[in-house]
Amino acid sequence: MLRITIDNILIEVEEGTTILQAARMIGGGVVPPAMCYYSKLKGSGGKCRTCLVKVAQGSAKDPRPMPKLVASCSTPVQDGMVVENKISVEVQQAREGIVELLLLNHPLDCPVCDQAGECDLQDLAFGFGMEETETIEPRREYPVVDIGPLIKLHMNRCIHCYRCVLTAEQITKKRAHGMLYRGDTMEISTFIQTAIENDFSGNMIDVCPVGALTDRTFRFKSRVWFLNPMNAHRECSSCGGKVTAWMFGSEIYRVTGRKDRFGELEEFICNECRFEKKDISDWVIEGPRKIKRQSVISGNQYEHLKKGSIIHPIEGTTEPQE
Amino acid sequence: MGRAVLLDKVNVPGIRDFGVYREHGGYRSVDKALGEMTPAQVQQEVIKSGLRGRGGAGFPTGLKWSFLDRKSDKPRYLVCNADESEPGTFKDRYLMEHLPHLLIEGLILSSYALGVKTCYIYIRGEFKYLVGILETAISQAKKNNYVGERILGTGFSLEIYVHPGAGAYICGEETALLESLEGKRGNPRIKPPFPAYKGLYDCPTVVNNVETLATITPIIGMGGEAYAALGIGKSTGTKLMSACGNINKPGVYEIEMGLPVEDFIYSDEYCGGIKNGRMLKAVIPGGSSVPILPADLALNTARSEARLLSYESLSEGGFESGSMLGSGGFIVYDEDACIVRNTWNLTRFYRHESCGQCSPCREGTGWMEKILYRLEHGQGRRSDIDLLVRVAKNIEGNTICPLGDAAAWPVASAIRHFRGEFLEHIK
Ligand SMILES: Cc1cc2nc3c(=O)[nH]c(=O)nc-3n(C[C@H](O)[C@H](O)[C@H](O)COP(=O)(O)O)c2cc1C
Ligand code: SF4
Ligand code: SF4
Ligand code: FES
Repeated sequence: MLRITIDNILIEVEEGTTILQAARMIGGGVVPPAMCYYSKLKGSGGKCRTCLVKVAQGSAKDPRPMPKLVASCSTPVQDGMVVENKISVEVQQAREGIVELLLLNHPLDCPVCDQAGECDLQDLAFGFGMEETETIEPRREYPVVDIGPLIKLHMNRCIHCYRCVLTAEQITKKRAHGMLYRGDTMEISTFIQTAIENDFSGNMIDVCPVGALTDRTFRFKSRVWFLNPMNAHRECSSCGGKVTAWMFGSEIYRVTGRKDRFGELEEFICNECRFEKKDISDWVIEGPRKIKRQSVISGNQYEHLKKGSIIHPIEGTTEPQE
Repeated sequence: MGRAVLLDKVNVPGIRDFGVYREHGGYRSVDKALGEMTPAQVQQEVIKSGLRGRGGAGFPTGLKWSFLDRKSDKPRYLVCNADESEPGTFKDRYLMEHLPHLLIEGLILSSYALGVKTCYIYIRGEFKYLVGILETAISQAKKNNYVGERILGTGFSLEIYVHPGAGAYICGEETALLESLEGKRGNPRIKPPFPAYKGLYDCPTVVNNVETLATITPIIGMGGEAYAALGIGKSTGTKLMSACGNINKPGVYEIEMGLPVEDFIYSDEYCGGIKNGRMLKAVIPGGSSVPILPADLALNTARSEARLLSYESLSEGGFESGSMLGSGGFIVYDEDACIVRNTWNLTRFYRHESCGQCSPCREGTGWMEKILYRLEHGQGRRSDIDLLVRVAKNIEGNTICPLGDAAAWPVASAIRHFRGEFLEHIK
């Protein structure tokens, strides 16, 4: 076992654990934000640089600090390592800088974005963003590319995290899209303008940290915070059939995979479950899903709904807001 | 005056040909190594020589070789980095064009030392005309049993392949190069693991620059200690400098490390002074990625000692008042040169060449370029200057590969030393 201290909290981890994974074991405020790392995708991480931390002591054997901030998602723990995240001003400043750069070309179109309310970039900007931008340059705009009837690609919102590419590579049978071009003109696109059709392609929507890939069958149907996320399951021959059904009254508005507290899918689900099963009779509804208290989605108080009960529309039940 | 150990035969007519090269003492180092030395002894000579990587970072070559995972039962590879795309740097091209056999000989020696059976020369796409030259040299060496099966009747066999890239600066970064060589998109890898353990096709790999590998030839020829006697301090031996800009004699020169910058610029043996009798304004001493130095700091350090062409002297003063030897791309500006325009131009290059993988470099290079474009075109704001410094700082040190630093340093150093000129551009 290796001993590592993160923000003065000591934890023992197994060899091969990364700093980020160790921080997630501790949980709470010491966990660095991760916009590109995804534990279930091999080779993910290292790209967004929001998870940078300071290594104040490299290891017990070699106590020198590391000369640069390191990406916690891709740096393995050494025995005796001392890491600073929240308590380091340098880290906080660097992270602010990274967030500024991630937002530099972002269209800031949250008001019309289906991801709003469950967007990692919104959370990140809320946590580390500046109040005003210093840029006066026109923001980057990509030509619209149609990637098929199920998934909507909004390239302007993409943060180039590569998660969807890795998902297509590792979860689906055939990869039809990838990263084209380079530098700040680099874009996610399908190769030779094909539609992405694949039994598991819908998972790209769930792994996308922003609103660059959204569910076309749910497009503009509702804001997520008006919906009640319910754990639901069904017998499915291609996936585990364990999903979150996003309901309004007794109607299912959309189906997603179940996300854990770090925003990662517990299990990948198939396109049939996601896109075709929108009837309440398709599912066994288990009960409300726990959502982080800070999330706007918790704001609609859906959790007091009892397990298995029929859910009433939110209208009329709103409570006076402070 | 410097002693040439690399370019000493460059003016011999027909030296590109195996026969002529051989007549002038070529392949004697291979004869010596395979005849009387063990691989470990060859490596020992390289360690003794104090040779440092000529690709830009100046990492000790012998030490790098000693990191190679020799316990693994996978094949080992040697990759020669001939992607040379740094603005201002054109020494590897010159070497390959005129002395291909010097490089081949270095590759044979290095492969022997490292226990490598397959060696790749990864060459940038724009150097297509060199591919033929190198392949001819390889096949000539093969005919003479210096490459191929059982070289010179020993148990050592080696194949050398030339692999042209598609012309991307980022594919000169060693791990992006390996990705590209494997047929993938040239994105730098996240380190660790390092190539010495997991390189080409996940096998132990050494990546070295063309000049580094060519220098192995004279090192084995003359012995590591004799090579180390050349140069100054930890900057042993000689270095190829590619000089360009507002000078009378642009070109590739071999200098002995420790030559004063002043001599290099003004002596007739080298750059021959500033063109049209102008005054020297600034120098970028080691390729476009290293900090720019104003004339006074280029010629003398902040402690008023003569600035020398060596790793240590050029970096003396750190980022405040120093720079780096880098790849030896020596760019000279005269008094008429516009620093703002030049900085914008370089930033345009980095923006275009960023692979786009990590956010600080992808977004930051684009932002800096747009701001510098405005400054150069009379649409700058006063606040833009500090903004540039801040953006450069947000990129530096926070990226996957050093291209981010390479893009940040020229901007930060230009503003540090020429802030007034940036202010003048603001109406
Ligand atoms: C963006 C970038 C471009 C590079 N381009 C080259 C190049 O064209 N040629 C080269 O030899 N090294 C280049 N390097 C350095 C290589 O990564 C590597 O350090 C070098 O090939 C090691 O060889 P050496 O130890 O012999 O110097 C580049 C590095 C970066 C970050
Ligand atoms: S589309 Fe989404 S998942 Fe894919 S790279 Fe962009 S931000 Fe990441
Ligand atoms: S620093 Fe630039 S070139 Fe290097 S990996 Fe990041 S985006 Fe690519
Ligand atoms: S999560 Fe570590 S770099 Fe993106």
